[in-house]
This record gives sequence, C-alpha cells and structure tokens, in this order.
Amino acid sequence: MQYTLLILILPLLSFVILGLVDSKWKAQVAGTLGTAILVTVTLLSYYTAWEYFSTANITGSYQRIIAFETEWVRFTDYLHINLGILLDPISVMMLVVISTVSLMVHIYSLGYMHGEKGFERYYAFLSLFTFSMLGLVVATNIFQMYIFWELVGASSYLLIGFYYTKPEAVAASKKAFIVTRFADLGFLIGILVLSYYTKTFDFGILTSGNASVFASTTGVTYMGISVMSWAMGLIFVGGAGKSAMFPLHIWLPDAMEGPTPVSALIHAATMVVAGVYLVARLFPVYYVYSPEVLHGVAYLGAITSLFAAIIACVQTDIKRVLAFSTISQIGFMMVGLGVSGMGGHHGLGYMASMFHLTTHAMFKALLFLGAGSIIHAVHSNEMSLMGGLRKHMPITHISFLIACLAIAGIPPFSGFFSKDEILAATFEFSPYLGAAMSFIAGLTAFYMFRLYYGIFWGVEHKHAHTPHESPLAMALPLIFLATVTVFAGFIPFGEFVTNDGAPYEIELNMLVAGISVGVALVFILLATILYRKESKIPTQLATTFAGLHAAASHRFYIDEVYLFITKKIVFNLVSTPIAWFDRHVIDATMDGFASITQRISVLIKGLQSGDVQNYAYIILMGALVIAGLVIYF
Amino acid sequence: MFDVFSNFSSGIIPMEAYLLLSLVMFFAGIYGFISRKSLLMILISIELILNAADINFVVFNRYLYAGHMEGFFFALFTIAVSACETAVAIAIVINIYRNLHNVNVDSLHELHEPESEQ
Repeated sequence: MQYTLLILILPLLSFVILGLVDSKWKAQVAGTLGTAILVTVTLLSYYTAWEYFSTANITGSYQRIIAFETEWVRFTDYLHINLGILLDPISVMMLVVISTVSLMVHIYSLGYMHGEKGFERYYAFLSLFTFSMLGLVVATNIFQMYIFWELVGASSYLLIGFYYTKPEAVAASKKAFIVTRFADLGFLIGILVLSYYTKTFDFGILTSGNASVFASTTGVTYMGISVMSWAMGLIFVGGAGKSAMFPLHIWLPDAMEGPTPVSALIHAATMVVAGVYLVARLFPVYYVYSPEVLHGVAYLGAITSLFAAIIACVQTDIKRVLAFSTISQIGFMMVGLGVSGMGGHHGLGYMASMFHLTTHAMFKALLFLGAGSIIHAVHSNEMSLMGGLRKHMPITHISFLIACLAIAGIPPFSGFFSKDEILAATFEFSPYLGAAMSFIAGLTAFYMFRLYYGIFWGVEHKHAHTPHESPLAMALPLIFLATVTVFAGFIPFGEFVTNDGAPYEIELNMLVAGISVGVALVFILLATILYRKESKIPTQLATTFAGLHAAASHRFYIDEVYLFITKKIVFNLVSTPIAWFDRHVIDATMDGFASITQRISVLIKGLQSGDVQNYAYIILMGALVIAGLVIYF
Repeated sequence: MFDVFSNFSSGIIPMEAYLLLSLVMFFAGIYGFISRKSLLMILISIELILNAADINFVVFNRYLYAGHMEGFFFALFTIAVSACETAVAIAIVINIYRNLHNVNVDSLHELHEPESEQ
C-alpha cells in the first residue's frame, strides 16, 4: 500500500507550489488547484480505508501495516528516528476524518475567502496544515509524531495570524504558539525519558505488549513516582496543550481570531484532537504501565469538560461559544479514554472516544462552517446582533439545527451514539463520574440551544442589508456535513476501531441512553423557555447569580492568572534580573573589550602615518638592527 | 680595504672598487629616498638603488663565475623591469601633478584619516 505516500506528498506539493507562486496566479486558479489536490488526497484516503478494512482483518483482529518506512537519523544501534506510514484502525480513521473535513473546508473557503487579500497564501497554509496533520496521524514512531506535532503547531500559528494586520489576531497566534510550545516541552522531555529507558521510539515496539521493553523501568522512581508515570504524564502534558485541557486551554478561545473555516478545520475537528489521538496511540502503554496517569486523564477531562461547558453558557461571541464547546467535547473524549480498559467490552471507552472524535469532527466542523456562513451574512460575531435569521438562511438554519441536535445527543443523530457510549463506559468506571458527565452533556444541550435560539429565533435585528443565504461553495459543505452527521451514528464503529484490533459489537445501554436523552431534552426545554422568545428570566438569573455569571464571562479569570504569573512573577522576578545581568555584565564585558581595543588603536595609530619615506626609514633601520643582531649575537 | 688602491698598479680594476661604487650609489639612493620631498627625486633615488644592484650582479658574475652568463642577463632583466616601473611611476606622478599642482610627497594625504574622527 505504498500509494499512501501520495497522501502525504500531494498536500506538501500543493503547499510548495502555492507558496512559491504567491500572487502571480489568479486567486481562483490557486484555490482550484489546492482543492483539486485535496479531492485526490481525500479519494486516496477513502481508498486506503476501504482496502485496509477489507484486507487487514485476517486473523480476527486488524493488523498494523507499515506501508512505508525509511530511516532518517540514527543515534545508536537501538535509537533511530524513522519516517514512515503506519496504518492501523485509528490512523486510517483519522486519515478519513482529516481529509474529509479538510476538503470541506477547502471548498467552503472558495466562497468564504473570496476576494480576500492573501487568498493563495491562505490555501498554501491550509495545504501545509493538511500535510502536517496527515503526517502526524500516520507516524510510525513517537519522534516522527513530535516533528509533525510541531508542524501542525506552526501551521496553526500561521493560520490564526492570517489577518496579520489585526493586533488581536497577532496576539492570539502568539498566545497559541507559546502555550502549546510550552506544553510540547513536557512532551519532548517525556519522549526522552521514555526512549532512554525503552531504547526505542517505535510505536509498534512500545505498544506490542512485550514486557521486556519496559524491563529497565521497573523499580526506577523519581520523587516517589515511578519513572513510567513521569514519562507518560509528561507526554500527556503535550497532548493536553494541543487538546486545550485545563489549565492549558487558554489559547483556544483566542485562536478564534483566525478565519472561520480555519477554526473549523484546525481548532474544532483535527488539530485539537491530536492530544486525544496521542493518548489513544499510546493507550496500551498508559493502561499497563501508568494506569494512575490514565485515571488522571479521565478526571482532568471531566474537569475541563465541566469548566468549559459552564463558560460556554454565558459567552456572547458565537465562535467563542463553539470554542468552549470544543474544549468541553474534547474533555469527553479524554474521559472516554481515561475510563477505558483493554479489549472487548472493557475497551468500550476507547472505542467510544474514537467514535466521538469522528462524529464530533463532523458536527463541530459543520457548526463552525455554519457560524462562518452566519458571520458572512451579518458581518459580526456577536449573538446580540443576530436573531431571526431562520427565514433568511434556510440551509444554514437546518444544518446548524442538525449539528446542535447531534452535539446535544438526541437520537438518531451521530453525537447521540458516540456520547452515549462514552457515558456508558464512564458509568461502568465510576457512577459518580458518569452522573457528572451526564450533567455536562445536559449543559452542552443547554448552551448549544441557547446559541441556536439566539441566532435563528428571537428578535430580528436591523441589518444594513438583508442577510442572504451563502453561495453554493459554502452551502455544499454544509449539506454534505449535515448528511454525514445524520447518518454517521449508524456506522458500526466497533467493527473497525478497538484498542486490541478485534472487532466488537456495540450494544446500546438502554438505561444510560434513556438518562442521557432525558437530561438533554430537559436542558433543551430549559433553553427553549429562556431563549426562544425574548424573556426577562436570563437577565434575572444573571443578576441573581451575579458572581458566578461575571466569573464565567471572564472565563474564571484563568487568563488573568496567567498574566499575573507571567508579568508579575516571571517577568519581574526572573526576566528583569536576567536582563540586568545580560546588559550590565555580559554586554559590559564585550563593550569593555571593544573600548580597550579602540584605546590601543588610538595610541599606536601614529605609526601608520601614510608617510612613505618614514616607512622606508623605519624598514631600513629595522633591517640594520636585525643585521646587527645576527652578526654580533 | 686599502688593497684596492695598491692593485691599480697591476692594470686590473679590482672587484672591491666596483663594490665600493655600488655601495656609495645604494646608500646615496636610500638617503635620497628618505630625505627628498619631490616625487621625481624619490623616483631617481629608486633608480640609483636598482642600478647599484645591477652593478653588483654584473661584478659578481664577472669576477666569481667567469664564463657564466646568468648575472649579466639578470642585470638586463632588472634594467627592463626598472624601465617599466619608471614609466608607471612617471604616469602616477603626472596624475598627481594634475590633481595637486605639485609633486611634493608631503601633500599626499587624501586617504589619511582626518584627525577629528576619533
């Protein structure tokens, strides 16, 4: 299956071509080329998935296939960095998800970004991102993953800061880069610790279940915690940074400064789930060698999920609401992984998490693209400037409603199936956590329908010109993703993706399903009462719980805490003294050398008078002195 | 050294006499090069130095390696080279004169760093 290499090469090629021609071609040519290449990549991904799932299951479980591998850097006999393509159920699943969403975003952007300055640059960056993300998911070893991990970080930085003349966008891109970079430091240290003890980077060896690989880690502890927990914990820090887990989530809401299709692709569907994918990829290692870290992942996911859901309930910028909703849903996926066991029914959480990743990618991309369509029509992100749009934008309205129902967990939409399985797995792990997650699922339904009613119902706002439905290029992806969202739930996902490779029959847990649907319906009803028509109750509630409301609107002051730590503590107590030392000791030493040299040169420059006769005299006298010395000594 | 004069009676000019001449010419050239201010005089001094060297070539060849020709030819080469050098130098001197209206070596300080710049 060597042709899978093309899946990586084509977007890279597209990036190079579009990056080089810049604005020399007409914008439409560049956009069409980028989209055409993505169509090819998507078809190749689908073909790969079809071939993989139809041929790889020979012995009752899906085999991992190394489609291509080459050695890149060799450090020692054991330790070498390879570049290759690994096909196994989750990487093939990710190939399909990424290429589908990316293609939809490419098509959508033809309409959304029409006439923007830097259109070619935008498509070049999209191609770079697609290449990096695909490279990340097919990585055969943890170091290759790290390389592409940084590449997606860089392309995310470039795309958030696409409107580089806007100060907020520049600040947001910087924030995203620094926060994730900071987390990636943990990832790198984790990789180094892990590879130091196991003598390998390779996923195949790490997850093979061969205990001798980890033999050297037994009994090694640092500060009372086993070295495997340290390594896996630090690797998870990297994943938490990319996947916006509390308290490293602060970059994601600000990342909404980028163009909306970018938010759909990177900050909703693909890049932000890289952390989930990382944990899933190393799941056997987490499960066997550091179960306490895995449980930590579950609880951190639950906390993040609750935290983000509460904030999402009071935000007024539609993209911010969706951003916090993304954080919350990634929390769900983390919980799913954290509570999962190994194989068969115990591996339900893992399977559910991957399932939710897929369905979430589709419906969240749909929500973002819908939001982009709305922003395109009313030229604002603020919910207060919308309202009553359902008459003007029927396609956007229907697709947005489908996505809202899916994320709220209403059957038969896709979100119901995946979320329900996460809840079932969580209930088996701990009923308290399960109850908490059900409540968060309810909150999800509440804030999504608050958003929905705020945009499409309520009082119609006066607009400069009547909002209109978006062009075909934008409507088509909405229709496609809405269709996927309606039917994706019926994919027998357990047949394809499980953590031991063996197909598993999903059974719907009717009790859990009943509870979650009930909770979701209650919260939707609540949102309907509060926001369907203009009512005084939301304002009254806001004044009653003024403290909570203000705290949630300010995102619980996490950004302020960061600012306090960086500005007041790091800058004042660390950076300022270091800067002083740099200026007054290191710089001063160098200045000292320079000024000493200059003084000496002033002293001896009389010798270089330019007077030829003087030179000749000195040469002659010197020659005589040397001759005298040679003769008499 | 005073044998130089005693040998005149034999009718052969002794080698030392030539060397004495070239020595005088050489140091006269050096003195002129250092003390004269006119570029033309400096050029003439250089010619003196080169001619002193030419005499040495010829004399050493004649007295020490009679029958060989290397020294003579070397003297001829040197004369040719010094002629070329003089032509170039004269060209330079003429250009300097056109610019400065004198050929005083002390007035050539165009490339010198001005004193004010520290």
